[in-house]
Amino acid sequence: MQRIGVFVCWCGSNIAATVDVEKVSEEIKNMPGVVYSSNYQYMCSEIGQNMLKDAVKEHNLDRLVISSCSPRMHEVTFRKAAKAAGINPYLIEVANIREQCSWVHKDKAAGTEKAIALTRAAVAKVALNQELVPGEIGVTKKALVIGGGIAGIQTALDIAEAGYKVDILEQSPSIGGKMAQIDKTFPTLDCSACILTPKMVDAAQHPNITLHTYSEVKNVGGYVGNFQVDIRKKARYVDMDKCTGCGVCTEKCPSKKAKNEFEEGLSKRGAIYTPFAQAVPNVPVIDEKECIKLKTGKCGLCEKLCSAGAIKFDDKEEVITENYGAIVVATGYDLINLDKFGEYQYSDHPDVVTSLEFERITNAAGPTSGKFVRPSDGNRPKKVVFVQCVGSRDKTERGKSYCSKICCMYTAKHAMLIKEKYPDIEAYVFYIDVRTSGKNFDEFYRRAVEDYGVNYIKGMVGKVFPEGDKLMVHGVDTMSGETLVIDADMVVLAAATEAKDDVVDLKRKLNISTDSDNFFTEAHAKLKPVETASAGIYLAGACQGPKDIPETVAQASAAAAKAIGLLNKAKLVNNPCVSKVDKDLCSGCLACTKMCPYDAISSEEIEINDHGKITKKVVVKVNEALCQGCGGCTVTCRPGAIDLKGFANKQILAEVDAICQ
Amino acid sequence: MVRSKVVPDNDKKELSEILKISGETINDCMQCGKCTAGCPATGGMDILPHQIIRDLQLGQVKKVIESKTIWSCASCFACASRCPRNVDLARLIEAARLLIVRKKGSDRLKPETVSELMEDKKMPQQAVVSAFRKYNK
Repeated sequence: MQRIGVFVCWCGSNIAATVDVEKVSEEIKNMPGVVYSSNYQYMCSEIGQNMLKDAVKEHNLDRLVISSCSPRMHEVTFRKAAKAAGINPYLIEVANIREQCSWVHKDKAAGTEKAIALTRAAVAKVALNQELVPGEIGVTKKALVIGGGIAGIQTALDIAEAGYKVDILEQSPSIGGKMAQIDKTFPTLDCSACILTPKMVDAAQHPNITLHTYSEVKNVGGYVGNFQVDIRKKARYVDMDKCTGCGVCTEKCPSKKAKNEFEEGLSKRGAIYTPFAQAVPNVPVIDEKECIKLKTGKCGLCEKLCSAGAIKFDDKEEVITENYGAIVVATGYDLINLDKFGEYQYSDHPDVVTSLEFERITNAAGPTSGKFVRPSDGNRPKKVVFVQCVGSRDKTERGKSYCSKICCMYTAKHAMLIKEKYPDIEAYVFYIDVRTSGKNFDEFYRRAVEDYGVNYIKGMVGKVFPEGDKLMVHGVDTMSGETLVIDADMVVLAAATEAKDDVVDLKRKLNISTDSDNFFTEAHAKLKPVETASAGIYLAGACQGPKDIPETVAQASAAAAKAIGLLNKAKLVNNPCVSKVDKDLCSGCLACTKMCPYDAISSEEIEINDHGKITKKVVVKVNEALCQGCGGCTVTCRPGAIDLKGFANKQILAEVDAICQ
Repeated sequence: MVRSKVVPDNDKKELSEILKISGETINDCMQCGKCTAGCPATGGMDILPHQIIRDLQLGQVKKVIESKTIWSCASCFACASRCPRNVDLARLIEAARLLIVRKKGSDRLKPETVSELMEDKKMPQQAVVSAFRKYNK
C-alpha cells in the first residue's frame, strides 16, 4: 500500500473563502492510501514547501497530492520540492481547486464538495503514478530571428554579442523594417535613420550574424533546441557577391511603373531596385512582375550596364535547410487598409494620407526630399487636420477593437514637426482620448499644445468633402457642443495598426498561437511575456501587440535573453510524459502516424517469435524527443496499444471513478 | 437659466423601455462625437446627437423626449453606419419617438375627426388610415 500525503492550500483567501479547506483535508483522510493530510495558507511559499518536505520525512510518504492552483502555475514548484524530499517528481499530483473550483463558484458548501471530489480524483490517480525519468537532448547553438525590423535587429545583436550564431530572416530585400521609414522618433525627436542605420550595419558586419534577406520560412520541423527550418530564398537576379552597390542599374532601369513600397506608394520605382539608399545589404533585386527582360525577353539594359557582371537573369529560387536551437518571431505590424472608410475620402483624394505616408512626406530622404507639400499639387498646405483613432477602438467590422497605442504620440510628433518648420501652418488634431502614458510622453503631448499651439479638439471627424482645392472637414468639438467645419489643405489619418496578413500561415508552421486579432499570444500575460506556448520559440515587438520603439527594443532584448538562456544549456531535459507503444497489441494500422501533429511516430518491422515460428510484423515506434505528450495517438489507436506515460488510461479512469464515487 | 442636477439613475423605467425597443447598448458609446460630426440635420437640433446618447447614459430620458432633436432626425442612418462602436443612434431616436407615440391615453386621432380630415382633398387616404392605426389607442 502506498503512503500518500495530501496538502490543501488556502491560497490566502483565493481558495479558503469559497472552500472549507479544513473539511477537505479531514475528509480526504478517509481515502485508502492517505496517511497524512494537512492544510496551509500558501503551499507554494518556502514555509509551505518545507512543510511538505518535513511531512515526507516524518510520515515516510512516497506520493504527494497538492490541492491548490492550476498545475500550469505551480506543478514545477511542487515537483522540485518533491525531488528535494527524495520523491520522484512524477509521483505527485496537483488538484486544481482554485481556477476550476473556488474562482468559479460562490456557494461555499458546493465549492467544498467539488474541492473534495477533485482532490479524491488526484489521490486515485497518484496511487497509480509511476516513477518517470526524463531523457536528455542536445541544443543546436544557433538562433533564428524571423523579421529584420528594429525588434529582429536588436534581438540578433544581443544574441550575437553573447557569443552565439544567429540568422536574421527578412522577407523584403533589406533589413530595417518600419523604423527605416520613419522620420523622427518620439519623445526626443531624434532622427530615426541616425539611430537605426548604424544598428543595421552592426548586424550586417557582426561575425556571428548571417542575413537572409528576400527570404521566407518555408517549413519548420523539430523541437526546442533542435529546430530544422527550410528557408526559401527568393530569386534576386543579382549576384550578392559580385554586386558593388553602385546603383547604376536602378537609375537606368527603363521600367518605372511599380509602386514604391518603401515610399508608401507616393513615388514609383524601377523593376530593379533597392528599397532605400541605406539598405542593408546594399544589393538590388529584380521584381519579376515588372522586369521587361523577364517578361518579354527584350531589354536587359541593367546587364549591359553592370560593370561587375552581377546581373543573372537565370537566377532561381533556392531552398536551404538550417538547424537552430531557438527561434524568435519579430514579424512586426502593418497599418489597416482604409478603403472601407469612405467618409474620409482616403481612396479618392491624394491629399488625404495615412500617418505612415505623412512620415515619408516629411522625411528628408522621402519623395519630396523633406519639403512639406501636398501630394496633389506640390503646394505647401496651410491647414492640416489630423484624425486619430481611424479604425482603432472600433468595434465594427471596419476596424479593430483595440487601441493602437502609438498614434497619440506620433500624431503629436507630426503636428509639432510641421509647426517647428512652418509656424504659420495651422494644425488641428481630432481625438477621442489622448493616451500618452510613458516616460516623458504626456509632457511631449502637452508641449504640442502649450508651446507649439496645436489645436486639439476632443471629438471626431464625421466626413471630409473636397471643395475646390480644399478639403472641408466636418467635425465636432464635443466639449463645447459645437459642430465645426475646417477648410483644410491636407488630412492625415492615424490608421489602426494590425498584425501582418501572413502571420496565420507562419503560426501554423511554427505551431504557436495568435489571439482573435492575429497578434501572437505570449505564454503568460504577466510572467512569460516573451515566451510562446511552444518551448524554444519567443516573441519580440509589434507582432505580439501594438508597441512603440522603446517597448519593442526592451522586448527584443528580453526575447534575446530567453534565447541565450536556452542556447547556454549543455543539455535539455525532455518531458517524460510521452506515448509508449505496446508492440504486442499494435496492429500496424498506422492511423497514429497520420494523426500525430509532431511527426513523432514512425513504423518499423519487427520479428516475433510465436511458439518457435518466426514471423514479421509492422508496428509503430515513438520518437520521445519529438513527442509532446498531447495524447492524440492514444485515442486514435483502435487496438488500444498506445498509452501516455503519466496519463495512462487506467489513471484517467481511476480519476473518473473517484469523482463518481 | 435653471440648472438641474443630474442624477444618473433618473427615469429608469423609460430608459429601459427605449433600450428594449431599440435593442441598443448605450454604454458602448465612448462619446467620440462622430455621429454629430457627420449629421446633416444638426441645424434644427437643440441637443446634439452625441449628447442624446450622453443624456440617455445619465438617465435623462425626459430631456431627450422633450427635445426638438428627436423630431429633427431624418433617420438617414449616417450616424449608425459610421459609428465606430456599433451603436445605432437612429434606432435610439426612433425608440424615443415611439415612447411618446405609444404612451397610454394619448389618443391623438379620434374617429370623429377623421371625416373632417378627409375634407382636405390633398390628404392621402393612406396617410389617414395609417395615422389612425398609429395614433389611436
